[in-house]
This record gives sequence, C-alpha cells and structure tokens, in this order.
Amino acid sequence: MEDLIVRYISRIIVPFVQIYGLYVVFHGHLSPGGGFSGGAIIGASMILYALSFNLAEGSKRVSHDLALILESSGGLIYAGVGLLGILLGSNFLANRIAGFPMGTPGNLFSSGTIMIVTLGVGIKVASTMITLFYSLIEREHNGDDHH
Amino acid sequence: MMRKVLIIALLVMIALMLIATVLEMPTFGEADNPTNNEVPERYLEKSLQETGALNVIASIIIDYRAFDTLGEATVLFVAIAAAVSTLKAH
Repeated sequence: MEDLIVRYISRIIVPFVQIYGLYVVFHGHLSPGGGFSGGAIIGASMILYALSFNLAEGSKRVSHDLALILESSGGLIYAGVGLLGILLGSNFLANRIAGFPMGTPGNLFSSGTIMIVTLGVGIKVASTMITLFYSLIEREHNGDDHH
Repeated sequence: MMRKVLIIALLVMIALMLIATVLEMPTFGEADNPTNNEVPERYLEKSLQETGALNVIASIIIDYRAFDTLGEATVLFVAIAAAVSTLKAH
C-alpha cells in the first residue's frame, strides 16, 4: 500500500505509540496494563509501520532473526527469574521471601520480580505479533512470485 | 433454503438459552454475592504488604499465581513456533 498521506502520518505517529506501549509495560505494577497489553501495543506499532511502508522497510527495522531472538530471550527471562529464586535459597518464582528488593510502594523500581517478569512478557508478546505478521505476509509475497 | 432456516432456528434457540442464563445471575458487585467470600478478602487486604505492588491484579498473576502465567507464556511460544514452522515450509 503506497499512499503518501498514510506514510506521512504513520511516520509521525509510530514513536508516540511505542512510547505509550513502553509506559504500559513499565508501569505494570502501578496502573492497569501489564505485560500482555503493553506488548500488544508495541507489536501493533511495528505492524502499522510495515503496513504503511512495504515489507522490506519493516524487515530493515526489525528483521526476522531479531524477532526470533527477542522472543526466546523473553521466555528465558521469565524462567531465569524463577531459577534465580531457587539459587537464592527459596522456592521457584519466589518474590519477597527470596530476598528481592521491595522498595516503597508507588515508586517505579519496587516490588521485586514483578517488574522483571512484566518486561520479559512484554518483549515476548511484541515479538510474537511481529513474527506472525511477517510469516503471513512473506508467504503471500512468495506465493505471487512462484505463480 | 431449508438449511438456512434450520441454522437460524438453531442459533436463535441457543441465543435464547444463553440470555435466560444471564438474566438469572445476581447483580455485578453486590456485597452478598457468593463470590465475595474470604478468598478475595485475604488477597485484597494483604497484597500491598506482601508484594509491594499497587496493582492487585498484577500481584496476583505474577506473584501469587506466577506458575500459571509461566504456563500461558509457554503456550504463546509453542503456538508461534508451530505457526512459523508450518508457514515456512513452502
């Protein structure tokens, strides 16, 4: 889709959408939102970019390999935090009793594992949406070339 | 033609049964609902002190019931792996 107005407006809007998605992910323990919805917002911003420009431009920003690496590392962060709880001498995925720093409620860096896990889940969901979109669109492009 | 009439009749019956079920439920958020027993009360009272998060929902799904969220993230990963492996084999 090559429309001048769509390209102009989406080039302006995409940074603001990503900042809002990062805000929802980072403040998961303070305001409504959390990992899943924030990751969906960030993924939707990349899909908007790849739709308004063509797929080659979108692949230059977030390539296929980078999306796969990000998704695996998101899941590994979650499991790694759980194993860190075992290494510190307590249960799997323990928060307060394993000795993670709690801080004062209301600050950004408070409540131990909740922020780390929210970040991991947000990265995972965003790269899931990007990977699925790229696989579907590449299949359609390759199908046109073959037939 | 006959199939369309049958389909519409079946859908209308299912919709009527669902609407009748929803009308039987108690009002949302009343104080004497059966879901307001001691379980959510304990979570609401002690969540800020035990987890330090202001968002009670985030503290429940990531601190009290973190293993279930790990299973959900695994399901996401397996679904995307299966979809990518199917779509790439052209």
